[in-house]
Amino acid sequence: MKWEVVIGLEVHVQLSTVSKIFSGASTAFGAEPNTQACNVDLAYPGVLPVLNEAAVDKAIRLGLALGSKINRKNVFARKNYFYPDLPKGYQISQMDLPVVEGGQIVIQVGEEEKVIRLTRAHMEEDAGKSLHEDFQGLSGIDLNRAGTPLLEIVSEPDMRSVEEAAAYARALYTLVTWLGICDGNMQEGSFRMDVNVSVRPEGQQEFGTRREIKNLNSFRFLEQAAKYEIQWQIDTLEDGGKIQQATVLFDPDSGETRMMRSKEDAHDYRYFPDPDLLPVRIDEAWIERVRGEMPELPGQMKARFVAEYGLSAYDAALLTSGLAQAQYFEAAARACAQGKLVANWINGEIAARLNRSGEDIATCPISPGRLAGLVARIADNTLSSKLAKQVFEAMWDDGLDADAIIERDGLKQVSDAGAIEKMVDEAIAANPKAVEEFRAGKEKALNALAGQVMKASRGKANPAQVLEILKNKLAG
Amino acid sequence: MINDTLKALSQQLADKAVSGEELATAYLDRIEALNPALNAFITLDRDKTLAEARAADARRARGEAGPLTGVPLAHKDIFCQQGWKTSCGSRMLDNFISPYDANVVERCKAAGMVTLGRTNMDEFAMGSSNENSWYGPVKNPWDPAAIPGGSSGGSAAAVAARMTPVATATDTGGSIRQPASHCGVTGLKPTYGVVSRYGMVAFASSLDQGGMLAQTAEDCALMLNVMAGFDRRDSTSVERPAEDYARDLQRPLAGLRVGLPREYFADGLSADVAQAVDAAIAELKKLGAQPVEIGLPNTELSIPSYYVIAPAEASSNLSRYDGVRYGHRAADYGDLIDMYEKTRAEGFGAEVKRRIMVGTYVLSHGYYDAYYIKAQKIRRLIANDFTAAFGLCDVILGPVAPTAAFNIGEKSSDPVEMYLSDIYTLSVNLAGLPGMSVPAGFSANGRPIGLQLIGNYFDEARLLNVAHQFQLATGWHRQAPKL
Repeated sequence: MKWEVVIGLEVHVQLSTVSKIFSGASTAFGAEPNTQACNVDLAYPGVLPVLNEAAVDKAIRLGLALGSKINRKNVFARKNYFYPDLPKGYQISQMDLPVVEGGQIVIQVGEEEKVIRLTRAHMEEDAGKSLHEDFQGLSGIDLNRAGTPLLEIVSEPDMRSVEEAAAYARALYTLVTWLGICDGNMQEGSFRMDVNVSVRPEGQQEFGTRREIKNLNSFRFLEQAAKYEIQWQIDTLEDGGKIQQATVLFDPDSGETRMMRSKEDAHDYRYFPDPDLLPVRIDEAWIERVRGEMPELPGQMKARFVAEYGLSAYDAALLTSGLAQAQYFEAAARACAQGKLVANWINGEIAARLNRSGEDIATCPISPGRLAGLVARIADNTLSSKLAKQVFEAMWDDGLDADAIIERDGLKQVSDAGAIEKMVDEAIAANPKAVEEFRAGKEKALNALAGQVMKASRGKANPAQVLEILKNKLAG
Repeated sequence: MINDTLKALSQQLADKAVSGEELATAYLDRIEALNPALNAFITLDRDKTLAEARAADARRARGEAGPLTGVPLAHKDIFCQQGWKTSCGSRMLDNFISPYDANVVERCKAAGMVTLGRTNMDEFAMGSSNENSWYGPVKNPWDPAAIPGGSSGGSAAAVAARMTPVATATDTGGSIRQPASHCGVTGLKPTYGVVSRYGMVAFASSLDQGGMLAQTAEDCALMLNVMAGFDRRDSTSVERPAEDYARDLQRPLAGLRVGLPREYFADGLSADVAQAVDAAIAELKKLGAQPVEIGLPNTELSIPSYYVIAPAEASSNLSRYDGVRYGHRAADYGDLIDMYEKTRAEGFGAEVKRRIMVGTYVLSHGYYDAYYIKAQKIRRLIANDFTAAFGLCDVILGPVAPTAAFNIGEKSSDPVEMYLSDIYTLSVNLAGLPGMSVPAGFSANGRPIGLQLIGNYFDEARLLNVAHQFQLATGWHRQAPKL
């Protein structure tokens, strides 16, 4: 039996506003427990919510970036349930009239592009945190997080593989951090994913029964959890079992998903419009103001990089995985007019070293201007590719410009024909066996001779010229 | 002194004929004497009161007094007041000392008014008789066998017994107007949004409104000047230019069209009340008012509509009382669910539990459309009735309740019968309109009867004008029980 996978994602994005969505308390992470929860967050008798318009700004920004419909009137609704980290006994969310509906995002899986549609995005408040260890059998409740603004972004079930799901999650992550609406700190819970997974026999139109894996906060866990769940569902069905709709949790230690609650236990949230809040009315002026403040979008920039700099879609996608990255690239590319070379260096050597040290482009010790300086020297043949790497390392570690290092270490590529000829003559004279082998038809011998010239020149000879002069001399 | 109005007391203080401390002491002594029998106050604190009074006097000495600086008041125990127990008449909040002030309390403080104490009320404002309080029923000062009305029974009784010249109160379905009527005092519920709900513990968010009980319409106007105004901490607070609600008190009533809803004068109205209201209308005619018969055809539907919407909102508003952060928590419990269940079973009284259950039911899956949505649609029709009516008249008049005060214990075994007596007041809250009750006579057994006045949106100045002119021409409001 061949199976097809259907995946949809619901992502909770913490909006990077200074204060909470319905109160003036701070949203800063890491404070002592319960020091950032004011009377409103604590749900004292008599307190009331007041909407933080900056949260709406960020929601509009996302809606514009996704090409969504922004609902000019949208309504907050109460989602009622009891839990100690939910002080009011209800969460203020949006139900029938969310701020954003529809929209789409383009994902890149390998060389392929695919459009994933969004169902909706709505504003809501985060709950506090429950801590079940360290309290001698009791549970600790920290309400600092209670009231932090969230945007819940719901995709259509358009994904057909774990790779697509991961690509979507990454693309959404890039977008929300790019737009400046989320700080992207997954360790701190800024970006949390729920994955809805179902399987169906290939060719079947109807979706299978789905299970929801809740609260994944890394792309690695997303991939592991989804893979496990898919296999579990397939195994269950192939054994003649049925899938029950359920909510499951991923256990990173065991790598398994296990059931949290079934459909029967599902809460009736008794949604109704919150009578303490007026409908949010968004006029054209508000939308235009937000539009005017938006940066160029990753998709637009990617397309532009392909067109302007002749990059591959794959390379352009890598460069636009973050705004800082894209801006770094563009600054360097413009400074030396060598887009493709610059792209290779950023996606290659720079990415490798940043990965090793766990840094990101913001703390790269080589500025875009200095990278441009290095690339310019490669492009004008001052530096051979081989030596370029050496110079690069020195630039990273010693903080110098390319020119300064070339000067300091005497690495200027030798392109003077006369000098090369001299070295070629010496190599020919010193390696009669290789010369004979080449004349006998062994092509590899040429490379060996060239290698000798490079060695003699300590890598500085222009390799192309060496080969040409060698061939001429051996021919004659 | 004890029959002095806010206006009179304000003058005496300005003339330095009396100090704030002297006033506070006199009222506290009277409260001490009368409260044990009436149970109008839940919390008293002589030291705190006198400290406030002295501060008011000091302010006056510095030349910084306003018109009501040093004037005493009582707060319904539903307005959060920093440092005071704020119980809402409930065991659930018996241990709750509020960490902050409601906007209403802030405004009264800023005006320099002096807190005499916190008045008794139906638990979480749910009730029409003040029999639903954890702290015991309030007795009607006119007849201790009678209810004072509810939910602001304590505030109304306190003013009627002259234990305070004015008391703050709230009205969600009639809880200012009905106790005003039963206790022979004057009460005003402003237009929804005029008085901030920040710090006013929520019962039904779209219906609750803060107001006051006093001896006269003029006093209500003075008090509304203190209480009203935009508050950005309440998203339903209305931002409008400030107004002096006493500005039109003196206007003659000639040409005033008074609407008389035929539905308010039909079966169900007792003879006493009908007679008192008719006499009041006759008085107003003498003053130049022109009666106009109007229809408010959806009046009867106000009962089911209200008793779906209010409990629905209440069921959600009261979820925060869970024993986790403040308030009552059961002494013994097993797991989380056990803690929740025991805490709420112990903390809430029967009427509150009933309404939470009804509210949960009407919001639940499969019933939401049939009950909650339908009730909101009816609400729109009721509001439309009034809009049409105000095309034909300036003010609407009618009874407040079908009868004068019934006896304590008489209706408490049948909640629905209790709900039915709210028929004349509920619509006003559903529509968000301002409403008043002014004393208009007595029943055969000597219990007060009030006249209800309903105004158009933000037309409080006119309501107060009509009430004031009525009070100039009649003396019902000057009568006080002999205590």
